[in-house]
Amino acid sequence: MNTVPMESGLILAGILFILGFIGVLVRRNIVFILLSLEVMLNASGLAFIAAGSRWVQADGQVMFIFILAMAAAEVSVGLALILQIFRDFKTLDADAADNMRG
Amino acid sequence: MAIVFYIAALVAVISTVMVITRLNAVHALLYMIVSLLSVAVIFFILGAAFIAALEVIVYAGAIMVLFVFVVMMLNLGPASAEAESRWLNPAGWIGPGILSAVLIVELVYILMTHARQDITSQAVEPRQVGIALYGPYLLGVELAAMLLMAGIVGAYHLGRYKHVILHRYLEKELP
Repeated sequence: MNTVPMESGLILAGILFILGFIGVLVRRNIVFILLSLEVMLNASGLAFIAAGSRWVQADGQVMFIFILAMAAAEVSVGLALILQIFRDFKTLDADAADNMRG
Repeated sequence: MAIVFYIAALVAVISTVMVITRLNAVHALLYMIVSLLSVAVIFFILGAAFIAALEVIVYAGAIMVLFVFVVMMLNLGPASAEAESRWLNPAGWIGPGILSAVLIVELVYILMTHARQDITSQAVEPRQVGIALYGPYLLGVELAAMLLMAGIVGAYHLGRYKHVILHRYLEKELP
């Protein structure tokens, strides 16, 4: 009775990943691009968890913990970069920093 | 249990759509927290209670608070929302939206034509996760530790305010 089809979990992960992908493609604000990257990482973690609970193995959860650690490191560096870009260019437009002149 | 799963999935999709369409950064962050909480509910239903707790604590707690702090430090006013609505013109949405919709339709088709497999709500204990983490995945844990250390050092170096001093008599603070 307590069953969920694995396809539903994977389709949900796919939908969330595509939504994050659309966010990365269409937004020009760097904060939103970083937020969409978080959506994509979270969706891939959901796929790992769904697979790990389908075969009742711990590996999926281990992978999610690695994704979590990577997301934390990535967000801290990314937000520091956003602060510096805003300080230098006075805008959050990602196109403002197209020629990396320091 | 399946009903709870589908309701949480619907909440996750709706709030994620709201995240990528909001003009105001704080509204998007609040919707993102809702999305993460609903994904945590899904993890709980899939039998990963430990990961559900980690999702709430680390993602919705720590990482989103970091985002909120940065948005506060940027001190964006109503002018930034106006700039957002200028940047977010509908012409930019159409191409990426259609192509991504094609991708998701393909993915759903591939998954639906597969043989149906059910997830029983059999929990994977945190004990098993810990044994796996410090057994076969020990090297990965060490690498994650190094990555976090590099993240701390990198964020410190990048986030520092750098004064540019041309000469000690011409010392001036750049805007």
